[in-house]
Amino acid sequence: MKKLGKQTLQLDNKPSILNTAAIVGPKELNGPLAKYFDKCVEDEFWGEASWEKAESKFIKETVSTVLGKANVSSSDIDYVFAGDLLNQCISSSFGMRDTNIPFFGLFGACSTFVEGLCLGSVFIDSGACKNVLCATSSHFCSAEKQFRFPLELGNQRTPTSQWTVTGSGAVVLGKSDTGPYITHITPGKIVDLGIKDANNMGAAMAPAALSTLCAHLEDTGRSPDYYDAIITGDLGYLGKDILIDIAKTKGYDIASIYNDCGVLIFDKKKQDTHSGGSGCACIATVFSGYLYKMMKENNIKKLLLIATGALTNATTSQQGESIPGIAHAVAIEM
Amino acid sequence: MNPTDSPKEYGEYVKKKAPNSPILKDCFNAFWVGGLICCIGQLIFFFCQYKGLDETASSTVVSISLIGIAIFLSAINVFNRIGKFAGAGSLIPITGFANSIVSPAMEYKSEGYVMGVGAKMFTVAGPVLVYGISASVIVGILACLFM
Amino acid sequence: MEYFQSIDWMTMLNCFIIGGIICVVGQILIDKTKLTPARILVVYVTLGAILGGLGIYKYLIDFAGCGATVPLTGFGANLAKGAMEAVKEQGLLGAFTGGVKACAGGIAAAVFFGYIASLVAKPKIKKQ
Repeated sequence: MKKLGKQTLQLDNKPSILNTAAIVGPKELNGPLAKYFDKCVEDEFWGEASWEKAESKFIKETVSTVLGKANVSSSDIDYVFAGDLLNQCISSSFGMRDTNIPFFGLFGACSTFVEGLCLGSVFIDSGACKNVLCATSSHFCSAEKQFRFPLELGNQRTPTSQWTVTGSGAVVLGKSDTGPYITHITPGKIVDLGIKDANNMGAAMAPAALSTLCAHLEDTGRSPDYYDAIITGDLGYLGKDILIDIAKTKGYDIASIYNDCGVLIFDKKKQDTHSGGSGCACIATVFSGYLYKMMKENNIKKLLLIATGALTNATTSQQGESIPGIAHAVAIEM
Repeated sequence: MNPTDSPKEYGEYVKKKAPNSPILKDCFNAFWVGGLICCIGQLIFFFCQYKGLDETASSTVVSISLIGIAIFLSAINVFNRIGKFAGAGSLIPITGFANSIVSPAMEYKSEGYVMGVGAKMFTVAGPVLVYGISASVIVGILACLFM
Repeated sequence: MEYFQSIDWMTMLNCFIIGGIICVVGQILIDKTKLTPARILVVYVTLGAILGGLGIYKYLIDFAGCGATVPLTGFGANLAKGAMEAVKEQGLLGAFTGGVKACAGGIAAAVFFGYIASLVAKPKIKKQ
């Protein structure tokens, strides 16, 4: 392991992504990526009494799916890094409480999935761990309940608002002769350019994505063309356009290789999701379901995955605070 | 000048870049749905008058009926669709007040009937009652002093 | 049939137009100011109480009937009207009892029906 520049770590022992799993909810089932997910659940309660319980079930079932697919038993997992959006990360801790795996609960808002990949891959790279599990979840209903309005309230969503993805994604990291490998991690700085509109997370997070993107490219000495694809977490349509714009001002033209998970997961016109998807599960399910398969099939050989998060809650936005953004990046190569 | 240079410039840049609400369409829908809800109220009002109720009682029946309809539509998961279409057209009439009471009550049932349903019922309607009642008390006191 | 003959269609038209316009003003607030629904309802009820207290709102009610009473400004005006009428009868005590008394039917109905609905109904995600 070697530090490059100010923010990036180069991982020499190449932690491999052994397998991935993604389970999603009813809205994602009607989206364009539905066929890539391991399972689509039609009932947002998934037979549970509350959305919070359902979200725990999402992460629990996704973890057991990924363990099965990777053919690793839970006793062979050294540590799990998991997180979600609900207060005190209850979905992950409740979802994981029966697994008997040492547990790190993470909070990085919607950037948590890549935060977990960063930490997990360093643990593997250290040589001390054999297998590490990273998982995140989010649920449209529980997120709306905590951050916004009751589901049955007859209000209108603004054009810049995003739709929290219901589901969970999980990956097992380990040592293997086959890729894809995590080669670099670039944890991001908190960036706040004063956006206060809680219904415009894309604009709030785009500057953080730019900061991490620039740091990664400077630290590694790579140009954007090095990658087959640069994928951000959940900037949505507006955030994606903003990032393309502001990356140009730094001299990077990423438009041709760049996309966003919030744009990929829903059909904006048909599904009326306004600015696209968001939530911890957005990048987690799109990577675990879709991008990982693209890499395995060699359609993408070099991927820069940047998860973005809005570090805010209902209290700070009521107190008139602006929304600090964060973005973490991992370079994944075959 | 780069948009990311300062919060001020970024704010202006985002404002320009962000899609606007389709205000003409929204206003048109709000107008006819809002007008229609008031007309339903007016029909009920005329019916009460026809049945011989006085004006105050008729108004109360109108309120209770529209509240009942709005709560029924919320309970069968239809009101939010109307609200999404009509915006202020269903929010501003008394139907919006009723919906604001029932929607958190349904949502927080999982936290129990006292601190869930009972307390959260007023997350939106509470402020309306606080400001409405306080304003009426002030009006009453002023009336007492100056009339 | 007799009921239909009792309907005053001119009032109906005024009701539609005034009720619609009051809602459009709210819609402009929603789209242009990003005020939350709770804030807009608070603004409306307070404005209604002030206009009712000043004695202006009753002209709108005379003109548009339910077009003025059904929007939340009407709720505010009714609160104010109740308080003022009670003050005339009971003095200062009326300022505290009159408003809520005038709107008691609506408040009780909303709370009671809302409670009943929460017992039987479950919120549902919009799947499309």
